Amino acid sequence: MTREGIVNAVIALGLLLVPLWALWANEPFTITLATKVAILALAGVGLNLALGLGGLVSLGHAVFFGIGGYAMGILAQHAQTFDPIMEAPFLIEGTKSMPVIWLVAVVSSALAALAIGALSLRTSGVYFIMITLAFGQMFYYFAISWPAYGGEDGLSIYVRNEFPGLNTLNPIEFFGITYVLLLAALFLSARIAASPFGLALTSARQSPQRVETVGLRPFRLRLTVFVISGAITGLAGALFADLNRFVSPTMFSWQMSGEIMIFVILGGVARLFGPVAGAALFILLEHWLGGVSEYWLIWVGALLLAVVLFAPGGLIGLVTRGQK
Amino acid sequence: MSLLLVIEQVLNGLQFGVMLFLMAAGLTLIFGVMGLINLAHGSLYMIGAFAAAAVAGATGSFLLGLISALAAAAAMGAIVELTVIRRLYKRDHLDQVLATFALILIFSEGTRWVFGSFPLYLDVPNWLSGPVTLPGGIEYPAYRLAIIVVGFAVAAGLFWMIGRTRIGIQIRAGETDREMIAALGIDIDRLYTLVFALGAALAGLAGALVGAIQSVQVGMGEPVLILAFVVIVIGGIGSIKGAFIGAILLGLTDTLGRSFLPVLFGTVMDPSAATAVGSALASMLIYILMAAVLIYRPTGLFGRV
Repeated sequence: MTREGIVNAVIALGLLLVPLWALWANEPFTITLATKVAILALAGVGLNLALGLGGLVSLGHAVFFGIGGYAMGILAQHAQTFDPIMEAPFLIEGTKSMPVIWLVAVVSSALAALAIGALSLRTSGVYFIMITLAFGQMFYYFAISWPAYGGEDGLSIYVRNEFPGLNTLNPIEFFGITYVLLLAALFLSARIAASPFGLALTSARQSPQRVETVGLRPFRLRLTVFVISGAITGLAGALFADLNRFVSPTMFSWQMSGEIMIFVILGGVARLFGPVAGAALFILLEHWLGGVSEYWLIWVGALLLAVVLFAPGGLIGLVTRGQK
Repeated sequence: MSLLLVIEQVLNGLQFGVMLFLMAAGLTLIFGVMGLINLAHGSLYMIGAFAAAAVAGATGSFLLGLISALAAAAAMGAIVELTVIRRLYKRDHLDQVLATFALILIFSEGTRWVFGSFPLYLDVPNWLSGPVTLPGGIEYPAYRLAIIVVGFAVAAGLFWMIGRTRIGIQIRAGETDREMIAALGIDIDRLYTLVFALGAALAGLAGALVGAIQSVQVGMGEPVLILAFVVIVIGGIGSIKGAFIGAILLGLTDTLGRSFLPVLFGTVMDPSAATAVGSALASMLIYILMAAVLIYRPTGLFGRV
């Protein structure tokens, strides 16, 4: 096993053992924290595909996170008020079923990623960063000014959505769902990275001309990975909304995009488990420093600055000392 | 809808546009010369506003506040350039984004630490507080008119500086070929610090001017920063002319869209629906404009290919 493989196994096991310990010690809040880590890590795994594999510095991934959140919010809102989403030409009703909500979240965020990607991938470099940031802001302001689904106040969902055969109100069972989805996404991204598509994408990142000369179109490769990336982040958004039983325009905010990126970077960009390590570190910092000082984000800022300037490999890079 | 209202809204749009220009000019200069994307530019805007509010509140003089906004933002810009930004020029854009995002966190929380979470207020000075009567009998707030005048004056000054002065030649040369001007004996490190401090001062000025019409609070800079990015995407990176035209275009589009789209929709649908659809669409209008420019010219209206 490679050094990174061992580190990955330790992280995956740790994220599973902490909530199990918390269940034994009867500390439900710790289980909720672990669930939050799993969900935010899932969002990071999505971004890591675009950022690490595709080299696409997207500062607008909150768009997909928010779309996932609102997919859950809107469907559950209609289900809890027994008010169909539309009646003509055919009846569409709200739902409290998680798998249906996930499907809607994934499909709608993939479509948004397709539209945003098709426009922003016409450019590259700084233009791409600024444009994704701007589209993020567009969705944010749209969510604020569209009054039908809560506007600035957001939507509250009273009861967590249902998953067949499980009691999702039990923290450990909901954690189990998010953990399995996280592992599935990690497995998927490992497979993508090792596939011919992933290899072509890596070459497109390093040398677009060379990829073009062998007859592949970098634009199409990048757009594909951007869509997959957006869809995974959208799924995370639906879960995040379910965790909080609340969705609001802040899920679309540029700070959210920045935070998802921080997870990826703190852990180590283009590392499979980087987002998991980063999200765990971020939540721990939020929990510990947040208790010490109201201004804990200063220390996150200082840490991020230190990582960028002095430890470009992130947490996993430090532990593995740059080895694979 | 009267002609007077239209003219008033056009003036509001111009005022918003010149504000955006002050932000975008600094960003585009910094990108053009140093190749750096600076997310912390919004923090410099905020620092300008806070410095102006604090000094004007303590001394009672708006002009002193404005001067200290320029000084504080320029000084903070120079400090940040010397300590952090300097290390980022050779890094890729991702590192620049992250490091300057970290700076936003540090500046925002630091300001909250010093000034608290409550907004400060900066009063419009007495000699600019009333309305003025423009030709044609239009009453318009003197302060907003002053912002437009200051904005156009700064734009003219920048064009003159870049086009006609020695430092302007160095800046343009720096955009074209960094190694060459270093080889010609220009102190490139000093030039970079200077350009960064200049951009910071422009952002600080914008923050202080806007601070008197909005509240001065933590987080005020980033929405403006993102709009300035849209300006740059529309105008083309590195082009001051593009930044100016993009900023005015965006200011007018946003202001006119917000005031007239709901009215326009009101002619075809019932009032409450028209307000909802109109205001939602108006909030997206500038991004739609950006998307249209991207389809037509991916490098912006005045960008080099």
